[in-house]
Amino acid sequence: MPDAQNLDQFRRDTRAWLEANCPAEMRTPMQGDEDNFWGGRNAKFASDAQKVWFERMRDKGWTVPDWPTQYGGGGLDPAQAKVLREEMAAIGARSPLSSFGIWMLGPALLKYGNEQQKAEHLPKIARGEIRWCQGYSEPNAGSDLASLQTRAVPDGDDFIINGSKIWTSYANYADWIFCLVRTDASAKKHDGISFILFDMASPGVTTKPILLISGKSPFCETFFDNVRVPQSHVVGTVNRGWDVAKYLLQHERAMISGMGGRDGGRPLGQVAADSLGTDDQGRLDDPMLRGQIAAFDVDEAALACAAERAVDLAKAGQLHPAFSSAMKYYGTELNKRRHEILMSAGGIDALEWESERSHDGARARAWLRTKANSIEGGTSEVMLGIVAKRILDLPGA
Amino acid sequence: MALVLTEEQTMLRDSARGLIGDKAPIAHLRKLRDERDATGFSRELWKSFTEMGFAGLLVPEEFGGSGLGCVEAGVVMEEIGRNLTPSPFLSTAVLAASALARGGSDAQKKAYLPKIADGSLIAALAVDEGAKHRPTKIALQATRAGNGFKLKGAKALVVDGHVADLLIVAARSAGNPGDVDGLTLFLVDPKAKGVSIERTVMVDAHNAARISLDNVEVDTDHVLGEVDRGGALLEGVLNVGRAAVAAEMLGVADEAFGRTVAYLKERKQFGKLIGEFQALQHRAAHLYTEIEIVRAAVLKALQAIDTDPENAGFAVSVAKAKAGTVATLAVQEGVQMHGGMGMTDQFDVGLFMKRARVLQELFGDANYHAEALAAWKKY
Repeated sequence: MPDAQNLDQFRRDTRAWLEANCPAEMRTPMQGDEDNFWGGRNAKFASDAQKVWFERMRDKGWTVPDWPTQYGGGGLDPAQAKVLREEMAAIGARSPLSSFGIWMLGPALLKYGNEQQKAEHLPKIARGEIRWCQGYSEPNAGSDLASLQTRAVPDGDDFIINGSKIWTSYANYADWIFCLVRTDASAKKHDGISFILFDMASPGVTTKPILLISGKSPFCETFFDNVRVPQSHVVGTVNRGWDVAKYLLQHERAMISGMGGRDGGRPLGQVAADSLGTDDQGRLDDPMLRGQIAAFDVDEAALACAAERAVDLAKAGQLHPAFSSAMKYYGTELNKRRHEILMSAGGIDALEWESERSHDGARARAWLRTKANSIEGGTSEVMLGIVAKRILDLPGA
Repeated sequence: MALVLTEEQTMLRDSARGLIGDKAPIAHLRKLRDERDATGFSRELWKSFTEMGFAGLLVPEEFGGSGLGCVEAGVVMEEIGRNLTPSPFLSTAVLAASALARGGSDAQKKAYLPKIADGSLIAALAVDEGAKHRPTKIALQATRAGNGFKLKGAKALVVDGHVADLLIVAARSAGNPGDVDGLTLFLVDPKAKGVSIERTVMVDAHNAARISLDNVEVDTDHVLGEVDRGGALLEGVLNVGRAAVAAEMLGVADEAFGRTVAYLKERKQFGKLIGEFQALQHRAAHLYTEIEIVRAAVLKALQAIDTDPENAGFAVSVAKAKAGTVATLAVQEGVQMHGGMGMTDQFDVGLFMKRARVLQELFGDANYHAEALAAWKKY
């Protein structure tokens, strides 16, 4: 079995390389958003270790290990990419680059972009040079995404864009936006939409953060006032942007469904035992909470199996395209449950909002932040509707 | 190992689906139940299972079996679950074959494994004594006597106990109930003096028996594995059984769900197909998601036993716990969404509910295995 041997060798090499190159500080769980490195024109590193780790991974193409090397990727096949993920997980290595370009735009560009667009944007995403944000939601559209109203009107070789977006994550830090705009107001609502890319520094673009219940704000409102964008920036076909949008959403949902696992959080049972203590048999000193945690652990471990299987099914060409909706639904509901348990386990201590001891209320803010998980990227109800209609084929859904 | 079935495993599933769907659909169980059949399964069907190689699936090739793994056994179990098929597959082909292959002496393997593979021997594993599955609490006493042991005590929920040609009995040969150590497994002839067996008619119309042993004499040749150290062997065999039962529950859940979704698409109320109602759509979509998660967890557990049996316990507990919870939900939703028809004996969905209830209890319910996880993770 030469393939298996090669893969074993790849695993040994990868393990050795990670051991030698991943700084110790980058093997600890992330505490807050400042521990993410997002790249971009104005990127700042939170620490030297973060910089070193990012640059080493970038130079190997391992910010996007399974993208082609010509676009700055690592060129790994799915089996190798899985090995890399496993070996990174084994040492608790942080992701070197957090990026909507990687998670969302990149896969859509690889599928729908023309050669010029791929060559222009993908390497910059891989190298963390351009930070992207997503312009999908609009104030009056919400879950009914296709009813969006932001207009793009042709003017020579350009479009003139007017309208506004909401819930644009980190728009205030982003360099470029991938955006859904209406290019044909007379068509049926799914048929007149285009998917377009433009620079956030373009004249007429403004952003305004939205204060959330967590007291922090990854989200913004974004306004477009006569923004001029070349028509060549449309990805795919004009008026056929909905196809691109849907494809991208599958990746977004897969990404969000994995968020619970990605925070590298400590096992709930240990967190709870630290704050509540244990009885003389080493059992958590709150039997009801212990039961809740055990039930949660079953669900979390089973979900991890399903995530692993989804990757393997995709590789075998057997994954239903709407399955990411099921995973998004389940993963986000589970993540909310995780944070409810964390708040229970922390008790009074978890309620602190402004103090050094609480890392500025990190646990409470994280708990509040998770409430958005089952809303953003399509609500749980929308996900269930998609499963009912596209997978179960239920009538009139 | 990829978490998908290989081509060979898919072919096995298709042939199991064909055979079982054809020869032993739910009507087969109904007939045995309604006729109060004394055997509780069809010898003729078991012959077909044997001819297909299912009986010897886990029996090593040198003893006449096909030497396949737990993934293959799980594939068959899932189809059994879909059809609620009564057969000695779990008791004999899965549990007894595993126990003998793992713990048997050469003589024991030679004596029994070929007979399991050729379908001539039915065997039953006797573990539980109380209302719930608690293997460490085994109290059935094995006392040294002469050149062997005397067994005294009772067992409940022994699958196929009343039709078995061989009993594998877990007994306490040392220590006290609650101790992990001090267990020994014995091969017991059901016709031996002092053995009394009562078939218990269960809610699911599948075979089970209560067995009591009153100073039954067994000699040392009939110890399976090591004296006082049978706990690890038993746990390993139970893990195979748990994963297999989880696979059966997956079949039960998926089939009950499939029938429910089909019903949502044909039943009209208030002038609409009930499948148009969002309240039902969302519950169906939730159930679909849960079942797919179970499917992955079950395959993970089966693969873990095949590749790393020493460390498979965690994956097995995840699968058994999750499958138990989800199968329970699937059958309850199935009955509810079938409305009044779901309560009738004529509709099959209630039979799935009964079977799921038994499988949930067998070898540890969802709470038992969640508790195992908590102990594993030390909290």
